[in-house]
Amino acid sequence: MSARPLLEVAGLGRRYGDREAVRGVSLRVARGEVLGLLGLNGAGKTTTLRMICGTLAPSAGSVTVNGVDLLDEPLLAKQSLGYLPEIPPLHPDTTVIEYLRFAAMLRRVPAREKSDAVERALERCALVDVRRRLIRNLSKGYRQRVGIAQALVHEPALIVLDEPTAGLDPQQVHAIRGLIGELRRDHAVVFSSHILPEVRSVCDRVVILHHGRQVYTGVPETEDRGPLRVTMQLARDPGADALAASPGVKAVEAAGEHGWSLTLADESDLDGLLRRAAEADWGLRELVRRRRTLEQVFLELTTGDEAA
Amino acid sequence: MVLRIAARELRLVLLSPMAWLVFAITQVMAAWWFLLLVEQYRSHYEPLVVRANSPMGLNDLVILPFFGSMLLLGALLLGAALMAMRMLAEERRSGSLQLLYSSPVRMLDIALGKYLAAFGFIVLLALPWLLMPASLAGATVLDVGRLLSAFLGVLLLGAALCSVAVFASSLTAQPAVAAALTVGIGVVLMGVNAGSGAITGQEDAVTDYLALLTHYEPMVQGVVRSSDVIYFLLLVIGFIGFTVRRLDALRLQS
Repeated sequence: MSARPLLEVAGLGRRYGDREAVRGVSLRVARGEVLGLLGLNGAGKTTTLRMICGTLAPSAGSVTVNGVDLLDEPLLAKQSLGYLPEIPPLHPDTTVIEYLRFAAMLRRVPAREKSDAVERALERCALVDVRRRLIRNLSKGYRQRVGIAQALVHEPALIVLDEPTAGLDPQQVHAIRGLIGELRRDHAVVFSSHILPEVRSVCDRVVILHHGRQVYTGVPETEDRGPLRVTMQLARDPGADALAASPGVKAVEAAGEHGWSLTLADESDLDGLLRRAAEADWGLRELVRRRRTLEQVFLELTTGDEAA
Repeated sequence: MVLRIAARELRLVLLSPMAWLVFAITQVMAAWWFLLLVEQYRSHYEPLVVRANSPMGLNDLVILPFFGSMLLLGALLLGAALMAMRMLAEERRSGSLQLLYSSPVRMLDIALGKYLAAFGFIVLLALPWLLMPASLAGATVLDVGRLLSAFLGVLLLGAALCSVAVFASSLTAQPAVAAALTVGIGVVLMGVNAGSGAITGQEDAVTDYLALLTHYEPMVQGVVRSSDVIYFLLLVIGFIGFTVRRLDALRLQS
């Protein structure tokens, strides 16, 4: 059954007048998968998510949710969708439980199952203690969680969260990441963020958007098979020339005070470098192997274009 | 779905202090006006009527001016303006409209739900205006048919103003602008014939037909014509149609 992806987005584009906010975005998300949408502010993350959820009409492309075309049959497709917009769509004058009941009704949860569904959502989002409080009086963290509860009260196949951790304290961020991890068991999750560690810690796959284009699609952690890069902190700085003269070193770059970033031909050269460091008494204090991390991928993709 | 959205919306309206404030103000206005009319009748008109042996009575001299007064029209406009502030404008401003947009709900459901909630509030607002004249039933013989006809007129007028309010509310994300638009469109609709009449110096059949009050006043006098009822219904359907289109357009534009 996994042959058909839960969410399939093809060639999605959106224009605002002359400005192209999003162009040519294509995604596939399977059940149980968490997809992170990464990008700087204004990269088109929110626009993309809104088009996936049918709250914004795309200018080009198609969105298929659970095998149903969102543009042809929006009512059917939206039943498989839960969406937390950038600003949680809350009604401040109602209590948490009333609000969730209304959301469940809107999402066509059968009347018999409504109380159970609401209870489950309250429990999952740790809202049981505040269920009878007015949303107006809740803190931002709680409001965000009410927003998430609203998105999953009807147990949709696909949950779309737009910056779910924005403006939360570290503990709440941690809790929400835990929740996303829990959700992946039964649902597919798409969420956006500009915080790299967050994406790295919870996502199976990452899509990086830049200026509305999809510039990268892949796994968050890429093991680099090319030349080995290390950063060294040396107490007694030998200078760039001495380092470059060491066996196997292909390039030397200064990296802060007493720090050097070296590029080695391969793994075996590391032994030679360490031996040389001990013999010449450079006073090695730190040696870090540099991987091509998501940060690097992200920065490479987003800064290069900026200069152009 | 429509009824549930409407019920929920009306509940939210009744939870807000603003609604009760408007309710209180309009009732005080109406009751004061009503008492004034009764008192005027008792001290001034009653002896005249008896002396002249006129067929006129309380029904003509109290109930007719009560329902025909600008005061009640103003109260209806105030209620409609409040609804315009709350309905779609507020939801757009706070972002909670996204909840409806991302749910499996048709635009027509949203527009009708909001409209019915607004109309529900107007019915609550107007109900005491039926009870005030009805309280005289113990003291005199009321023309129940005329009273009900006038009240139907109030309800239809309220229904039309509510549809204007929901449409105005969909035009802007600023509640105050929505309220101002409602009052603006409402006043123009009420008196469009008077305006054109003042300019051209003669009555104009088209603007006469378009004006709300041309269709309201006969009902106050006890004449319920199907053409008037159809006029009000057309107005309501038209503005709800505009609202649905507007909601669709919002999804395309922003």
